[in-house]
Amino acid sequence: MTTLWTPRRGGLIALAAVIAVLPLFLQNAFHYDVAILIGLNAIVCVGLNLLIGYAGQISLGHAGFFALGAYASAILTGEHDWPPLAALLGGALGVGLLSFVIARPILKLKGHYLAMGTLGMGIIISIVLNQEVDLTGGPDGMPVPSFVLFGWEPAGELTWYALVGGLLLATVWLALNLIDSPVGRALRAVHGSETAAEVMGIDTTRYKVQVFVVSAVLASLSGSLFAHYSGFISPAEGEFFRSIELVTMVVLGGMASTFGAVVGAAILTVVPQLLAAFHDYEMLLFGAVLMGMMIFLRKGLVPSLAQLLRERRK
Amino acid sequence: MSLLRVENLSKSFGGVAAVADLSFTIDPGAIYSIIGPNGAGKTTVINLISGIFRPSGGRIFFEDQDVTGLPPYELAGRGLSRIFQNLQVFANMTALENVMVGHHLHCDRRFLPALLRLPHIVRGDAACRDFAAELMASVGLGDYVHAEASMLPYGALKRLEIARALATRPKMLLLDEPAAGLNPAETDAIDGLIKGIAESGVTVLLVEHDMRLVMGISDRILVLDHGRWLASGTAPQIRRNPEVVAAYLGGGARER
Repeated sequence: MTTLWTPRRGGLIALAAVIAVLPLFLQNAFHYDVAILIGLNAIVCVGLNLLIGYAGQISLGHAGFFALGAYASAILTGEHDWPPLAALLGGALGVGLLSFVIARPILKLKGHYLAMGTLGMGIIISIVLNQEVDLTGGPDGMPVPSFVLFGWEPAGELTWYALVGGLLLATVWLALNLIDSPVGRALRAVHGSETAAEVMGIDTTRYKVQVFVVSAVLASLSGSLFAHYSGFISPAEGEFFRSIELVTMVVLGGMASTFGAVVGAAILTVVPQLLAAFHDYEMLLFGAVLMGMMIFLRKGLVPSLAQLLRERRK
Repeated sequence: MSLLRVENLSKSFGGVAAVADLSFTIDPGAIYSIIGPNGAGKTTVINLISGIFRPSGGRIFFEDQDVTGLPPYELAGRGLSRIFQNLQVFANMTALENVMVGHHLHCDRRFLPALLRLPHIVRGDAACRDFAAELMASVGLGDYVHAEASMLPYGALKRLEIARALATRPKMLLLDEPAAGLNPAETDAIDGLIKGIAESGVTVLLVEHDMRLVMGISDRILVLDHGRWLASGTAPQIRRNPEVVAAYLGGGARER
């Protein structure tokens, strides 16, 4: 078999190796905490990249779906004693349905209008989380019971790390599968020219809706895990700035590059921690990164590096 | 039985009639051309038939079924494909992938099997890749199979659009100015390509400015003027029609 080593398989093995080896370098609870946050952000970004990078549809409201997943888990386990797994799946189903209903009208919009539409959606979610004090605890946030899976409770950083790492690997695998299929080509065709895609027999609305729902559900799942992991959530998880942060991660790592989304999430999760002393300037940093990328490296880090390597080899 | 029947088709943009009360039929296997001066409504007719525009009035029948107002992807499923005058190549893909997208309707395009990469998806993709590469070779694009679509020269992009449209396995192909911007040698090659397409059983509707090309290959020609039917017939009939000569070719162009 000549197909044993393909770029996709090579990338997956490399990612698995990094996830497996990384704990050797993680020296304390804080390091693990950052690594877990990277994983949770990366899961959202891989989904968001399917929407933004591949299908070419912007969303400035995905933190809203993350927060809805987090609150679904918090409320269903905390107030209604659901098993955490059921709450996580219930949240994902709810977010899936909500995003499906929103998707059709909102994805009719293009360019700036789509950006405005998704922005509005995210802000509405944020307002609801802040105002529905009886349900969400309002701006004060709410505690979340710990995660229990059929009697097993992931305790300690290494267990959480393994859980999130495994899920990230699975997410990346699924995303790569999707891209490398007729569905993936259809999504990229929508990005290239919607009119031509339609003429090739592609129901563009259907594919845009599907990928929007998938990315929303991934954000919700990640949000649920985050809620249980951190044990406390507040409406800040769904704020506009979080949505921008997620988009910046995708753009930095590389549009239309699944591994790029992971790299982008890693960098922009770590850097603010390193610059904790300059916390007030976090927004400035993200803005500068986004502007710099747009001007100097429009393809993003990973695709630009890959191109550089290819040219070197020639 | 006609393959395509257009009845009293009209389209106006903000009160300006681009196409008015136009009727014609196209028989299977024919090369049918629409000509007319700039702004005569030729591209509008193509956009109406391919579902890009909704008609303001009239009906379109494909294989005797009313397809008026159907979206382009439904029409593609029924066997209608097209190329674009202003190229609409997927610049974010390789040339081969462009043609593979054209084969979309003949692939398993469900979400879940793709997500899990079931064995038949892998096999289907390999088959689709081979089909697309073969099709590219058959239209003279063998050298560009692995090139990025954005890197292709203009003439090759025109052929790429044709290959992509053929990958849908159409019954009817709408060609909107396939020779525009090509040099005479490239135009001759396109001429041969269109004849080959028609011989393979695909009906061709051609909109074109190059009169030598149109007169040489068309079975029937329809002349539009200001969105209205002016004349139709075979190439010799059109060439002799005084109204056509007056309205379109102009006095001095008679001997062209």
